[in-house]
Amino acid sequence: MTFINYASREINCKIVYYGPGLCGKTTNLQYIYDSTAKEAKGKLISLATETDRTLFFDFMPLELGTVRGFKTRFHLYTVPGQVYYDASRKLILKGVDGVVFVADSQEERFDANIESLYNLEENLATQGYDLMKLPYVLQLNKRDLPNIVPLEDLTNELRRKDEPVFEAVAVNGTGVFDTLKAVAKQVLTELRKS
Amino acid sequence: MAQLPFIIQEHQFQQLKSVIARLCVECAARVVFLVDRDGQMIAIHGDIGDMDTTSFASLAAGNVAATSSMAKLIGEDVFPSVVHEGERESIFISVIGRSLLVVVFDERSTLGLVKIRAKKASYEVAAILEAAIKDSAAFSTGPNSVFAEITDEDIDSLFS
Repeated sequence: MTFINYASREINCKIVYYGPGLCGKTTNLQYIYDSTAKEAKGKLISLATETDRTLFFDFMPLELGTVRGFKTRFHLYTVPGQVYYDASRKLILKGVDGVVFVADSQEERFDANIESLYNLEENLATQGYDLMKLPYVLQLNKRDLPNIVPLEDLTNELRRKDEPVFEAVAVNGTGVFDTLKAVAKQVLTELRKS
Repeated sequence: MAQLPFIIQEHQFQQLKSVIARLCVECAARVVFLVDRDGQMIAIHGDIGDMDTTSFASLAAGNVAATSSMAKLIGEDVFPSVVHEGERESIFISVIGRSLLVVVFDERSTLGLVKIRAKKASYEVAAILEAAIKDSAAFSTGPNSVFAEITDEDIDSLFS
């Protein structure tokens, strides 16, 4: 839920990066964090296991600038990807304003993508959201690897509506900011409509 | 679509600030936060030093979300408050509807005092937030809304 403070003239929005385990959600956030000026970002908080797998969530606040005199601040979250962390994923989706689904393009992760997307739709529904009506972007990550599913096949399988689709290589930043911009734009456009 | 925005207007913000400022003094707290359950900071009063308050708000909300889910797993509806006691600093969190009243205190205060004072303040906070939620829908779509005037150029300019 977008939070607007008229006293401090701030708009705060929540964006969640969703996807199967090891698809690159945290890598997206890490790249955004590393490439953003100090003044525009807060700390990157990572609640991770000892082996650096996300346990609860990663979080970073990002200030984009001013719209109509209001500072716009995006709170970026990732969810843990492994199937058994479903309770945590549900919690992170609370109050979400926009979702990025990060798909792993590798052939062997094809089914994991489908399962995770289904899980996203289900968990959104339990929080009272409909993916079809929510600001949403599909990112096809790891496009640099040799064993990837062709773009068209992956898009056909995972695209749910007319959402923007971006090819990405999150480790080197390809497509990371395009994805973020696309979802942020949709969130602000929703705000205008509301 | 996402839910309607939650809007705090200037006068409501000042009311909330004054409630938490009073609470901070009354229970000799180091700092008092009011945080949205989604992890957004609403208001702060006290000594924050170099604390990262944005992260603090997000983690407080995550903490309450997790303990609320644990409550359900053992058959409780909700834990209305959460306490973390440290060697020097402690944290008391009271759940008020869709927001959290978070009191950080040290040896100058006691948990009992914080609980009593926070309970009283939470009624006042609840009333102000209820009014804010009621007003939010009308305010965002009403003639005062500045958001209806946001143009594509405004949005594009954020990314240039």
